[in-house]
Amino acid sequence: MKHSRFSLSLAAALFAATVSFQSLSAAHADTTLLNVSYDPTRELYKDYNAAFAAKWKADTGETLTIQTSHGGSGAQARSVIDGLDADVVTLALESDISAIVKATKKINPDWRTKYPHNSAPYTSTIVFLVRKGNPKGIKDWGDLVKDGVEVITPNPKTSGGARWNYLAAWAWAYGQYGGDEAKIKDYIGNLFQHVPVLDSGARGSTTTFAQRELGDVLLAWENEAYLASDEFGADKFDIIVPPQSILAEPPVAVVDGNVDAKGTRKVAEAYLQYLYSAEGQTIAAKHFYRPAEPKLVPADILKKLPELKLVTIDDPIFGGWAKAQPYHFGDGGTFDQIYKPKK
Amino acid sequence: MTLGFTLAYLTLIVLIPLAGLVWRSASLGWGGMWHVATDPRTLNALKISFGTSFVAALVNVVFGVIVAWVLVRYRFPGRRIIDAVVDLPFALPTAVAGIALTALYSKNGWIGKWLDPLGIKVAFTPIGITIALIFIGLPFVVRTVQPVMEEIRKEVEEAAATLGATRFQTITRVLLPGLTPAILTGFALAFARAVGEYGSVIFIAGNLPYISEIAPLLIVIRLEEFDYTGATAIAAIMLIISFTMLFVINLIQAWSRRRYGYAT
Repeated sequence: MKHSRFSLSLAAALFAATVSFQSLSAAHADTTLLNVSYDPTRELYKDYNAAFAAKWKADTGETLTIQTSHGGSGAQARSVIDGLDADVVTLALESDISAIVKATKKINPDWRTKYPHNSAPYTSTIVFLVRKGNPKGIKDWGDLVKDGVEVITPNPKTSGGARWNYLAAWAWAYGQYGGDEAKIKDYIGNLFQHVPVLDSGARGSTTTFAQRELGDVLLAWENEAYLASDEFGADKFDIIVPPQSILAEPPVAVVDGNVDAKGTRKVAEAYLQYLYSAEGQTIAAKHFYRPAEPKLVPADILKKLPELKLVTIDDPIFGGWAKAQPYHFGDGGTFDQIYKPKK
Repeated sequence: MTLGFTLAYLTLIVLIPLAGLVWRSASLGWGGMWHVATDPRTLNALKISFGTSFVAALVNVVFGVIVAWVLVRYRFPGRRIIDAVVDLPFALPTAVAGIALTALYSKNGWIGKWLDPLGIKVAFTPIGITIALIFIGLPFVVRTVQPVMEEIRKEVEEAAATLGATRFQTITRVLLPGLTPAILTGFALAFARAVGEYGSVIFIAGNLPYISEIAPLLIVIRLEEFDYTGATAIAAIMLIISFTMLFVINLIQAWSRRRYGYAT
């Protein structure tokens, strides 16, 4: 008796599982697109996905479901390498997409030439977020190592954004010390002596600075800085744009292997292409990313993004990601060297 | 039949993944392994991980045994609720625990703002790591000790008292010896759990190399460098240390069971 009841409930469970499985595959009848992105683009892609889905519906009549996954850029790249079925990747660093190219061949090696501006539809830079009124008088990179200044930045080993912070500081010191590497390292080492906490990601650092009220200055993505001051109240923080910073070009790519297997190439390509349209560029600018085609964006939105001198990763100071990544952030790279205890 | 099933199951769930780990790190060779193990950064991270885990497990043994004793021997309103609360660290996502603890202990948090003027910094230091590990380890001690305590009848204590033992003697000579094997198990579980903990610690640790960087974070850092071999090497080293310590604890436990244990 007991036995038959058990098999009955087993059958019921199996039946339930089959039903839910079927409804799951029914939901897949409409096209689904998976965009694997990094942390600070959450709000950007929320708006953009809605805009693109509406446009796609108007153009083709298809209902499009767009899912976006967010996380640390490197971790996201690893999930794609390990088999996450991404249609497109929109990551923080060229080297993260290169890692996918190298490990899986799911992305064609010439992906940088597929879209305008080296496949970077928007750019960003690193600015300073300080407490209201800038009590420590922080204006430029040199002020970060003044006595009593605490700097908040995430760990360059685990955070893509933090690598840009690090390289922006490096580029400033390079100009300051005429390229003398020993002096640059001294400055960078000194800078990280002023860092009390190394969070693992950019959002973590923002929380540490804004909510835990730790530190005097947060090195942050421009968009993250605006977002924090929107979120926590513009009366609490000031955004300081230093005279010089770095040009970050977060790239995008279609994951060729996956879209060909799923038959979603057309929509995936359109999805990335639309980022370059007037609407896509305006959405990016509204979220404080610097549009690659500023002339497509209304001037009143653009004026929040002031001009400054921007050094790119392809500048001879760094020589491109393929060289800068291992040199600075590889095992034993400059970042490891500045933390070695002095003997 | 049962033996075969057990072995097959263990192989599938535990041994194959661990073998994969060892196999992957073996491609480094002994020299490479030794290089990773003796790297000052790795050594510091291991010291911090095992040190804070050890302290946390010790604290949990002391307070976990007290909590278990109160739950077993005292009847008071809300006892069942307290009993259930002990299990919460099991169920709570560790990241939630880490963020909550950081919010409490950072210098503007409920507890941190009282400690900060005294010059005591908890969040973003090894003390913070230890507190997170105490939090997640507590149920392991309570839940292993509690059932054994329930077996000790009150008459045993009364007999000790009538024979002229003081309260202190009753505890140290009569009660604790019988509990020792269970306490050691609780200690080992809490310790092992703490060594591998990542989610809760990462928010409160501060993650400064050489100061508050735990070994699991170093593994994640190696993964971020797409250095799978380096990551598995650190993991294998942690595994070896953990296994050795758990093995020694098991030996002590077996010895104490022979020496004092109720169950023979």
